[in-house]
Amino acid sequence: MRDTHKETVVNLALGLGLLLVPLWALWADQPFTITLATRIAILALAGVGLNLILGFGGMVSFGHAVFFGVGGYVAGILSQHATSGVPVLGLPGSNQMLVIWPVAMLVAGLLAAAIGALSLRTEGIFFIMITLAFAQMVYYFAISWPAYGGEDGLPLVLRNRFPGLNTMRPWHLFLVAWGVLMVVLGAMAALRASRFGAALMAIRQNPERAAAVGINPYGVKLVAFVISGMVTGLAGALMADLSRFASPAMMAWTMSGELIVIIILGGTGRLFGPLAGAAILVGFEVTFGGMTEHWKLWLGLVLLAVVLFARGGLIGALAGRARHG
Amino acid sequence: MPVTLALIFEQMLNGVQFGLMLFLMSAGLTLVFGVMGLINLAHGSLYMLGAFFCAAGAAATGNFWLGLVAGTAAAAAAGALIEVSVIRRLYTRDHLDQVLATFALILILSEGTKMVFGPFPLYLNVPPILSGTVDLGLTPYSVYRLALIGFGLAVALGLWLLIGKTRLGIRIRAGENDREMIAALGVNIRALYTLVFALGAALAGLAGALVGAVQSVQVGMGEPVLILAFVVIVIGGIGSIKGAMVGALIVGVIDTMGRFLLPRIFATFMEASDASGLGAALASMLIYVVMALVLILRPKGLFPAHA
Repeated sequence: MRDTHKETVVNLALGLGLLLVPLWALWADQPFTITLATRIAILALAGVGLNLILGFGGMVSFGHAVFFGVGGYVAGILSQHATSGVPVLGLPGSNQMLVIWPVAMLVAGLLAAAIGALSLRTEGIFFIMITLAFAQMVYYFAISWPAYGGEDGLPLVLRNRFPGLNTMRPWHLFLVAWGVLMVVLGAMAALRASRFGAALMAIRQNPERAAAVGINPYGVKLVAFVISGMVTGLAGALMADLSRFASPAMMAWTMSGELIVIIILGGTGRLFGPLAGAAILVGFEVTFGGMTEHWKLWLGLVLLAVVLFARGGLIGALAGRARHG
Repeated sequence: MPVTLALIFEQMLNGVQFGLMLFLMSAGLTLVFGVMGLINLAHGSLYMLGAFFCAAGAAATGNFWLGLVAGTAAAAAAGALIEVSVIRRLYTRDHLDQVLATFALILILSEGTKMVFGPFPLYLNVPPILSGTVDLGLTPYSVYRLALIGFGLAVALGLWLLIGKTRLGIRIRAGENDREMIAALGVNIRALYTLVFALGAALAGLAGALVGAVQSVQVGMGEPVLILAFVVIVIGGIGSIKGAMVGALIVGVIDTMGRFLLPRIFATFMEASDASGLGAALASMLIYVVMALVLILRPKGLFPAHA
């Protein structure tokens, strides 16, 4: 499944554009714009995680915010224990991103393995409802468990650190988020081109035929679900550092909905689709949120119009229809 | 507080009442899925519309019952309008498009409600005839909650008669089995779909209006109930009204009893403050654990509709 030439150009423009806008903002001294670009990069990363199963694997998970939130809580909890010096589960806390990220991915991955193992016993509409329900279960646990803030969430006093950079400066944090996004996008491109990626897409197109040639659909889908949860968990850890806050709202069902919206607005199953979608969503919120408090009404109308009349999203409009169905 | 028989009895009644309101929500959801194959996230918005129009209607006329009629009618009308303008285009689409389009409808209806009714919650009073408590022998119990149980049972009976004993019910059941065939037999399938959707919307609106008198009426009230209704129909089996009834009672009773009993059970061997926190946290997860267990044992739910 090689990208079309046009799509490669669009992808390059999106990746570089995301780097150039904050560069301009740095020169023009617009720190808020840099923060917005960081938010786009992180939401895009969360979407890239979901896109692996939704876009390439055809599994509509309506509970992916749970991994986003869990990643956020890992960052918040480790950082809190690093500050207080109290160990957590016998291990010391940490305020180093390079320690936090693997832990966030591990915890999100384990949770994804548990949720995926159960949810993937079903498909279609059941799968949608069950992923949503499991996400709600963790959400309600986070709300009613008082140790880490409960309903109020968990503030991060200082951002976690990255070697050689000062993450309290917007531009430095942006570089971290952009770098992670680009590395993960590269890894996703490799994954998609691999035997595993081919198996995943074969299962989406025709599970019976895939099984007939010796692919184990359940196993492949479960591995994809776990990787997907890990990437979204990593994005959650970054988001907690950006907003310096891990809250139950990160795993609310509306967040799961937003992640799907990001993928659809950008273009389902496109490598850079989530980046395009995140840029549209954040851009829409900033533009219309400033004009009217009812901007979500307009978002709903636009989304409805896209679903009913303009399937393929932004990348579909710019680079033509996907060649793989 | 000691756990007495009277308290357990009272909580059981609360659980049944909660379950019956969940049934009103789940019945429409499962009917729409069973007949049209559609997943409708905006079902919670119809619940919310029912509550808002009931509160506004009751405030305008000073009569709770007129409000109840207004809430149910408004939800049914909104349902019919949504079906004709949007939902109808989604029957042939995949579930992803249905999720997105109805997610968009939630955004539109929630913001629209905020624009019309304002950002503040509305309050709906219990009608005088149903206020106060009645002595049930073991314990005094709220007349209104008892009336909700009666209402829920009456609607369930009515629905059972409608689906099982009328001509319309035959068409609905036939539509679940083979839509091409009944269209070929001369049934106006488009009108039937609109009617089924409006019926589901009316049930959701009625549930919202009835619950509105014991909760505050606010934007966003529908979605938590919607998600519980999903749990109900996953447990009961998607498309099955009987499954929705059993699932709703299971969820209602287990959730209510869990919240009541777990903190008290933990308190017998833990410190009181820890016990209430842990008990509440685990109680809120309980119904999802039940759902997971049902999935492991019966992946298609307790009463699979298309077995």
